[in-house]
Amino acid sequence: MKGDPRKSLQASPEQIVYAEVLEKGMLLGLVLILASFGLYVLGIIKPYIPLNEISKYWSYSVGEYLQVAKIHQGWWWIQMLGYGDFLNFIGIAFLAGVTIICFLVIVPVLWKNDDKLYTAFAILEAVILSLAASGILGGGGH
Amino acid sequence: MTKTGKMGALVIALLLSVTLLAGGSGFASDGTVIVDNSSAISWWIWPLLLLVVTFIMGVAAVLGGVGGGVLFVPIISGFFPFHLDFVRGAGLLVALAGALAAGPGLLKMNLASLRLAIPVGLIASTFAIIGAMVGLALPTQVVQIALGVTIIGICILMLVAKKSTVPDVPKADQISSVLRIYGIYQEASTGEIIDWKIHRTWQGLLLFVTIGIMAGMFGLGAGWANVPVLNLLMGAPLKISVATSKFLLSITDTSAAWVYLNQGCVIPMIVVPSLIGIMVGSFVGVRLLRVAKPGLVRWIVIGMLAFAGLKALSKGLGF
Repeated sequence: MKGDPRKSLQASPEQIVYAEVLEKGMLLGLVLILASFGLYVLGIIKPYIPLNEISKYWSYSVGEYLQVAKIHQGWWWIQMLGYGDFLNFIGIAFLAGVTIICFLVIVPVLWKNDDKLYTAFAILEAVILSLAASGILGGGGH
Repeated sequence: MTKTGKMGALVIALLLSVTLLAGGSGFASDGTVIVDNSSAISWWIWPLLLLVVTFIMGVAAVLGGVGGGVLFVPIISGFFPFHLDFVRGAGLLVALAGALAAGPGLLKMNLASLRLAIPVGLIASTFAIIGAMVGLALPTQVVQIALGVTIIGICILMLVAKKSTVPDVPKADQISSVLRIYGIYQEASTGEIIDWKIHRTWQGLLLFVTIGIMAGMFGLGAGWANVPVLNLLMGAPLKISVATSKFLLSITDTSAAWVYLNQGCVIPMIVVPSLIGIMVGSFVGVRLLRVAKPGLVRWIVIGMLAFAGLKALSKGLGF
């Protein structure tokens, strides 16, 4: 194992790489969210649920909301990106996914430093977060 | 009144007025179906009010030394007409965005420790998935009651928990030695180089099982629990604990946020104004930190949390 972090005030190489990717991803995600929300709220792109009807839905439980609004769970929103409200999910999903990218990016850095244990941890974390993102794990949705 | 006093009074006045304004509206809209009440006023009033309240919340969170997520869920679910499912989804995304924004700087300054965060995050994020699934499967009333109890518990924790700037860790334990969880940092105020290590690692990792479940179940973020465990139990210096905790939320909340997103608990009209409000409020809060009286604001924050906790409890119990 190379590069003992205790010997330096500087962050370790994998930490710097993680931070750089996280920073770029976070900024891109925020820009996507703000841009898509602008298109949605200004009515430039027509929403699936009209803006003046949205207050009819947000007091329902998620199960009732999906049923009444005829919305499906999981990655179904990708088919609905032509609507202003669903367009917002690109930025939201990107923000929620940037951590997975960060973990994948540091794997080669950790491996190069012969840090096998943390390489395994980083891969495992990316797998767990990807599993959560996949939608395979279902919830109740009362 | 001095400039500091005026600034403090202004923040407090804003906190109270917006809380009361939101509170007044929320009391009128208690119950599961509030369609009639909501449709009686223009649809944009609620997102606008949400933007204002989350802005104040962002300011208060910085001055009160708490995360935005822990304020968001109890206050918004207590006083806004949104169902708890959507508030929890938005709460996780609010906490996630805050952590993602702060993470890069904290990692680059070497205050947040990736080596400490990875094993802890692995456990917390795994159990946050379970917490999110359980939270979405339980009846809303049960979650409301548990949320109320948790928030009141957090208030007590905020009142009694001590902090240790640099805890005494005589010897690193075996697990932390194998994982090489240690480091050095320079204390900016004194220039002192602080050599840190941790102990009681397995006990700490075990507690992150519970922290992960609660983060996922309530969508709270978990800084309120991360810091005492990292600092008081595991012995990481306070600055390392606070910074690592903030960064850690980006891992824990990612897994739970995906569960909520996939279950349909994300309404952009709730999420985006909240994100903007909290982030701009946090930015202003950092500026105000120089002149405001954080101690006094912290008491107000604890008061607001206690009130919101009791409201959640009363909603859950059907009072």
